Amino acid sequence: MEQEVLVQVEGLSKKFCKSLKKSLWYGVQDLVGSVMGKQPTATLRKDEFWALRDINFELRRGECLGLIGHNGAGKSTLLKILNGLINPDHGKVTLRGRVGALIDLGAGFNPILSGRENIYNNGAVLGFTKAEIDSKVEEIIDFAELREFIDMPVQNYSSGMKVRLGFAVAAQMEPDILIIDEVLAVGDIGFVLKCYALIDKLLPNTALIFVSHSMSMVSRICSNICLVNQGKTEFYGKNVAKGIDLYYSKFINSNSFEVFSSNEIELKGVRLLNSENGIVAWGGDIVIELNLIISNSEISPSITITVFDKEQRPVASLKKFTVDRQIKDLTQGFLLSITHKNNQLSKGIYTLSLTVNDGVTKSPLYRINNILSFQVTHEIDVYQPFYLDAHYELK
Amino acid sequence: MSLETRIYQKGERLKLVSLLGTSLRDMYKGRFLAKQLAVRDIKSKYRKSVLGIFWDLIAPLSTALVWIFLRSSGTVALDETGVPYPLFAFTGTLLWAILVESINMPLRSTQGAKGLMSKINFPKEALILSGFYKLLFNSSFKILLLIFFFIFYKVSPNISALWFPLSILGLILAGVTFGLFITPFGMLYNDVSRAITMSLRFIMYVTPVVYAIPQEGIMKTIMEYNPLTPLILVNRHLMLGLDIPYLSYFFIIVGLLLPLFGIALVLYRISIPIIVERN
Repeated sequence: MEQEVLVQVEGLSKKFCKSLKKSLWYGVQDLVGSVMGKQPTATLRKDEFWALRDINFELRRGECLGLIGHNGAGKSTLLKILNGLINPDHGKVTLRGRVGALIDLGAGFNPILSGRENIYNNGAVLGFTKAEIDSKVEEIIDFAELREFIDMPVQNYSSGMKVRLGFAVAAQMEPDILIIDEVLAVGDIGFVLKCYALIDKLLPNTALIFVSHSMSMVSRICSNICLVNQGKTEFYGKNVAKGIDLYYSKFINSNSFEVFSSNEIELKGVRLLNSENGIVAWGGDIVIELNLIISNSEISPSITITVFDKEQRPVASLKKFTVDRQIKDLTQGFLLSITHKNNQLSKGIYTLSLTVNDGVTKSPLYRINNILSFQVTHEIDVYQPFYLDAHYELK
Repeated sequence: MSLETRIYQKGERLKLVSLLGTSLRDMYKGRFLAKQLAVRDIKSKYRKSVLGIFWDLIAPLSTALVWIFLRSSGTVALDETGVPYPLFAFTGTLLWAILVESINMPLRSTQGAKGLMSKINFPKEALILSGFYKLLFNSSFKILLLIFFFIFYKVSPNISALWFPLSILGLILAGVTFGLFITPFGMLYNDVSRAITMSLRFIMYVTPVVYAIPQEGIMKTIMEYNPLTPLILVNRHLMLGLDIPYLSYFFIIVGLLLPLFGIALVLYRISIPIIVERN
């Protein structure tokens, strides 16, 4: 049986104004307008733009929606509307159940009051009653691991301690709908693991909306994905990996750039052979052809190719090769073909960088990033960089 | 179990009564938050201060002292007030200070929670209730000081002083209602709070705060129309055990205040999302 729909967003639009003075004046107009019960106009006033335009989605209990998009795409505006902080200009948002938001940890903290007093402040802001906090205060202190410092003013806490205390209070919420905005990005690894544990505990009974720039978190948690670009939905669906690929494709930078050069080496060109449009099937061969000039005839260059994934993490490097200058005159330029057979990179986009070292002294001579990018295709989506072939045998 | 459903949508018809209902319900729901915020602000205010409450009393006291000096030195000639003049001046300035604080309270409370409002959804009416608690706390010290003056000047209040808690609530309600009406605009434009501070300074002199209503002249007419006159006078005369003047005017004002306060609360509620969006 399908779970009930908890969040429903239909045709949601929101205008913002670029000019502060005009924004304030429009504020007065809106104020008077809403008192008079006037319908909002569909057109933009001067200096206004659509911060969100016709956003639609729905989310059931147990599902998690990842909201992704570059900075300023409208994600936070959408969260504010979902949280009821600001009103949409058009469209409708329906929320069923208690809404909890992990947007700002430690809201309501006063720096000169003690940690214990601030548990009550923060708890009250989050909507707990006094009795609820009374019964949970010890649990909160233990969860935050701050028993020793709980009666110290919060202004003497480190930022990590403040976040831990705020999170410990927020973790007591039992929402039907949970909205999370980037808070997981601030803590150390222990904190992040705790957050994951909490989310895993809540998720079966919650509709979760999660905003993050960390695609590893999104792919780990989310069941649905919404890619927002300039206020519009660019992709929405259950295919999380496709949404993430689209997100990354916005950042693909086709310009290679030299990181280090001794001016003795020049890369004249690079080609991916054996491929159409830079696409290689999983299990196929990757064949690269480099066109290099090495002006110093004393050098025997040692070539290293490193493979980076879409998050710019180095995931592999190809076996080194040293070109023997005795065999070929390298100063006139030469073509070097490199073949990697039967590649097992997982589906996705990869880029290559080239490093040239002196074959004898090993000292670096040249490094250039992003010389080539290619896409590996496969029907199976995995987040890990390799999808290794394996043979199974039942005995 | 049916789930609480919230719908956010623009352009619905405004229903004053149902909005007022939700507003009052939210104020009730937010009563613990209101108390907690008030306790937080009061604690943090005094924990970093040695003289504490003294700073709240010094302004009205010094105004009164200036006028006591002006009168006793013969610089200004004032009509007879019926009670020792220092007592008259102190009651006037302290009541005026309570009124001014009431007017500023909604805007100040909302201003102070600006950061909170843009991050967390909580019942905003709790801010007003919390401001009201703080107002009661601060006013209680002003009233204690007045009681001290009564003992000092050997004024014994009569039975009508029992009405004073109600009449002072009327004064506070008047200030808060006016403050609520200007808060949405004050949150958008800083000019509003400056204009209020500025004009109150002048309005004090057309209200019987440091002197009684003159027997005749233009000032008498202005003061008699000024709606603040009965608010101040009824409170002062109840405390001092004098005959109560302008009692019917006072009742008209308080009678009007209750519906006006409801309308102000609704306006405040409607304006919050607009304020959050523009700040």
